[in-house]
Amino acid sequence: MARIGVFICHCGSNIAGTVDIPRVVAEAQKLPMVVHAEDNEYTCSEVGQRSLREAIQEHRLNRVVIGACSPRMHENTFRNTVASAGLNPYLLEMANLREHASWVHGDQREAATVKAIDLIRAAVAKVARAQPLFARQIGVTKRALVIGGGIAGIQCALDIANAGFEVVLVERTPSIGGRMAQLDKTFPTLDCSACILTPKMVEVGQHPRIRLLTYAEVKEVRGFVGNFEADILQKARHVDHDKCLGCGICWQKCPARAPSEFDMGVGQRTAIYIPFAQAVPGKPVIDREHCRYQQYLEWQRAGAEGKKPPECRICEKLCPVGAIDWEQRDEMITEEFGAIVVATGYKTFDHSVYGEYGGGRYPDVITSLQLERLMSASGPTLGEVTRPSDGQPPKTVVFISCVGSRDDSVGRPYCSKVCCMYLAKQSIMLKEHDPEVQSYIFYIDIRAGGKNYEEFVRRAQEEAGTVYIRGRVSKTYPEKGKLIVWGEDSLMGRPVQIAADLVVLATGIEPSEGAIELAQTLHISYDVHSFLVEAHPKLRPVETMTDGVFLAGTAMGPMDIPDSVAQGSAAAAKVCGLLSKDTLALEPMVANVNAVKCVGCLLCQQVCPFKAIDTETLRDGRIVVRINEGLCKGCGLCVSACRPGAMNLRGFSNEQLLAQVKALTR
Amino acid sequence: MSYQPRIIGFLCNWCSYAGADMAGTSRMSYPPNIRIIRVPCTGRLDPLFVAKAFQEGADGVLVAGCHPGDCHYAEGNYHARRRYALLHLLLEFLGIEPERIRLEWVSASEGKRFTQLVTDFTEQVARLGPCQAVGGQS
Amino acid sequence: MSASSYAYYPGCALQGTAREYDVSTRQVCRRLDIELQELKEWACCGASSAHSLDRRLAVALPARELAIAEATGLPLVVACAMCYSRLRFAAHELEDEAKLREISSLIERECKNTTQVWHLLQVLDARDIPIARPLRGLRVACYYGCLLVRPTDITHFDDEDNPQVMDGLMHRAGAETVEWAFKTECCGAGMPFARRDIVLKLSHRILAQARGAGADCLAVACPMCHSNLDMQQLNMKSVFKDDFQIPVLYFTQLLGLALGFSPKELHINKHFVDAMPLLRGKGLA
Repeated sequence: MARIGVFICHCGSNIAGTVDIPRVVAEAQKLPMVVHAEDNEYTCSEVGQRSLREAIQEHRLNRVVIGACSPRMHENTFRNTVASAGLNPYLLEMANLREHASWVHGDQREAATVKAIDLIRAAVAKVARAQPLFARQIGVTKRALVIGGGIAGIQCALDIANAGFEVVLVERTPSIGGRMAQLDKTFPTLDCSACILTPKMVEVGQHPRIRLLTYAEVKEVRGFVGNFEADILQKARHVDHDKCLGCGICWQKCPARAPSEFDMGVGQRTAIYIPFAQAVPGKPVIDREHCRYQQYLEWQRAGAEGKKPPECRICEKLCPVGAIDWEQRDEMITEEFGAIVVATGYKTFDHSVYGEYGGGRYPDVITSLQLERLMSASGPTLGEVTRPSDGQPPKTVVFISCVGSRDDSVGRPYCSKVCCMYLAKQSIMLKEHDPEVQSYIFYIDIRAGGKNYEEFVRRAQEEAGTVYIRGRVSKTYPEKGKLIVWGEDSLMGRPVQIAADLVVLATGIEPSEGAIELAQTLHISYDVHSFLVEAHPKLRPVETMTDGVFLAGTAMGPMDIPDSVAQGSAAAAKVCGLLSKDTLALEPMVANVNAVKCVGCLLCQQVCPFKAIDTETLRDGRIVVRINEGLCKGCGLCVSACRPGAMNLRGFSNEQLLAQVKALTR
Repeated sequence: MSYQPRIIGFLCNWCSYAGADMAGTSRMSYPPNIRIIRVPCTGRLDPLFVAKAFQEGADGVLVAGCHPGDCHYAEGNYHARRRYALLHLLLEFLGIEPERIRLEWVSASEGKRFTQLVTDFTEQVARLGPCQAVGGQS
Repeated sequence: MSASSYAYYPGCALQGTAREYDVSTRQVCRRLDIELQELKEWACCGASSAHSLDRRLAVALPARELAIAEATGLPLVVACAMCYSRLRFAAHELEDEAKLREISSLIERECKNTTQVWHLLQVLDARDIPIARPLRGLRVACYYGCLLVRPTDITHFDDEDNPQVMDGLMHRAGAETVEWAFKTECCGAGMPFARRDIVLKLSHRILAQARGAGADCLAVACPMCHSNLDMQQLNMKSVFKDDFQIPVLYFTQLLGLALGFSPKELHINKHFVDAMPLLRGKGLA
């Protein structure tokens, strides 16, 4: 016989301010099997929890209903409480009186009270039919997968590895380093970006517990917390990295050229290449599309028609260790992990929708990341900032901020957060490169929240003489070797016209290519802009709703380097917490089958998304299904597919749900 | 609105239940007629639950889950969608107006959308009046 | 757009100052077997003043023309950029059903808002054009004006900063087009009487850019642009001491030349800036 206790939380005035608590308690007491009902100021507080424990013991309760906030908020808290009072934690049910009643019906005391009573009745009906459940213990693979080798992923991988766990770091491009490696200086300290980043990159490359997979992509992930299995595609490099010494003779002599991705197209690279001088690993890959020998092989495969491309193979001839391997193929690597961190970073907004800025139409309209490469001492112009059109040093530079940020008309209503600061930085740097440079920045607002950020903007204005013009740009066009920029000075209330040598577009931040596909294989959510969504924006900023999968860096939204690093470390701390356990308690709310009723139709097997349903042959020869509880995630698809009613979902049984329906339609 | 319809909402735990929570956290307001039942996934929903709800005296049933592609269990909402199409036919056969049931996608961040949805649906069901077909008990 | 018959709405300007646009349009269409059925009892569409005076009137006037066109069952073609803008705007507004009911009762005509509205450039762009006399050596600055392209989600015409339709037609006619940045800048449109200073400044800038880009002449698709750029050259001479003498032609006139019509048949001799010396110089007249 169930002995149910009902506890109604006031939540201060959050519930009590709207719902008539004494009436709810009185009604609860009348419900069948309820032997005790009480109200608490805050049931989740120390006092409230003590009262709960005492009531369980005093009234010999074997089921508990708590009418309080959302179970998504405190179900775990109360499970622990009832467990500490010696009750099975799954003999607890919460009624959501706050989010689903008092907060949404604040002005309707009577209706909210009636609804609260209904919700309590449903919870009582459900818990009366609850069975004790026991969490299963599973092992933990003590190895982490970090996806993305930018600063967030690097920091995360290093922290995990330094804590003593193995890490596999997967990076899509041929080198780690990410966007930070492309930067010349960082704000607001003007530290050389490479100088602070490359030591970390080297540490990753040499770390005994980090296995670095560059030029590789995570294709599919299976399994669950502590027991993931990932398929990682290692793209063919055509260079045997075990033999290669990274001497560089091949990329110095390769005759084929392609636009450099690392230099954002303002520079060129060879077909066998490392993206930049400090790349880790410092060993090259061959880009099949631009390699002459590959083009020759392609020509041969296509039937040797038309003009014969040169049969180059210069790299092969010059390589002192014979590391070039034309036979290398793409390879799928499958590895097991206990935890996964997604740090896939960002790409910049495609500015071509803003025809008025002239990007793509006029060569001297460039993006801020391109300017960054032009300013970098290791960039294509060795740090000499020159105009793409004629190679002349620009003297008047116009920056346009919010290109693809804070603009609903292009589907980017959010602020990209870093642009205001890097524009200030770039204008200061241009002045340092050449004192004759005059910079103008068209802006909407200057957003400089951060340690020493506002001071840094003042430095741009006062020391570098950067002119800030509050207003948008309406047109850019070439005239007599200059780019004429029309804009509005909305503070002065008049149009402005500037004859610029160079126009720089502060393109906004958006998630990297492939973010959605990755999110889908990991079963984590993403927002309308494809940024990955954290489990809670305030309290669980680096976790996801999928246990064991964590986030770091700009994959979840615009942020600057210190924030990305902090998140990398935060995610690492979470991973270490998980990997430090030898076993994990898994959610016991999974499916189970009644073999007596099972007819072996296997419909459940067809609908199960997790391949968690196996078959077994009973002694009498009947084939029935069996749940692999390690794989089952408790979605219940099999239960609603089962015709003979053999399948059950623990914690959400048909009996329980129907009792709820009945209680609510009374 | 003098007539108060009785509405049961089956909400998936991951998206729509959280979306309903979001409506509360944001102090939005919607008609109090809906009673929410939490299910792990819309795919868990047996058509029987919906039929039972009407039989027991519900006037409307709202089913809400994750947007296509966003299901926590990868494909549960697709199963729900297919089942829903069939359920529509079944309800008509039972003499229940198909407007009394609705399947919608509400994400965890769409508190506003949930609020509008419940408001619209409550009005819609109120216009239809009490469900007469199988009831008798209400 | 592949139909051969269109309802044709000339608009007021093409009956007055822009008569040469109407004449050349009819000539070109006749040669290309495009039948133009002039709308019966057509009236003014309200440009250029109705929309600044009365929002309802600004929809009702073009809606009346849309309703008349709808009764013919034919797609509607207009040559005037202003009329095109107003008709598209009205069609956009009438997508709202309440608005449609209100306006229908106001104009006392049934209107379902089903008329397809095309600008002549779009219609010609989709046709084969048998060139009899290629405009070889003629460097044309295609000037679209602002009304055809903006706002893009209402006019659905072409890229709002760098449209290409007219350029494409001129290429097919054998002419060269210049790459320039002022294809869609405002010329001052309807303000020559109220604020001649502004019109002169804006139009002067456009002509200067066309000249700087190396154009022999401008091709236009709007009567208002034409009068500002052609007629006002005299005033620019006195105000800016800048004597352009750069011919401004309707694109239909240039196309007509390429189809083999004589300048006179296309009323090319009716402009303020005489285009004949240029055409003779290029061997096109």
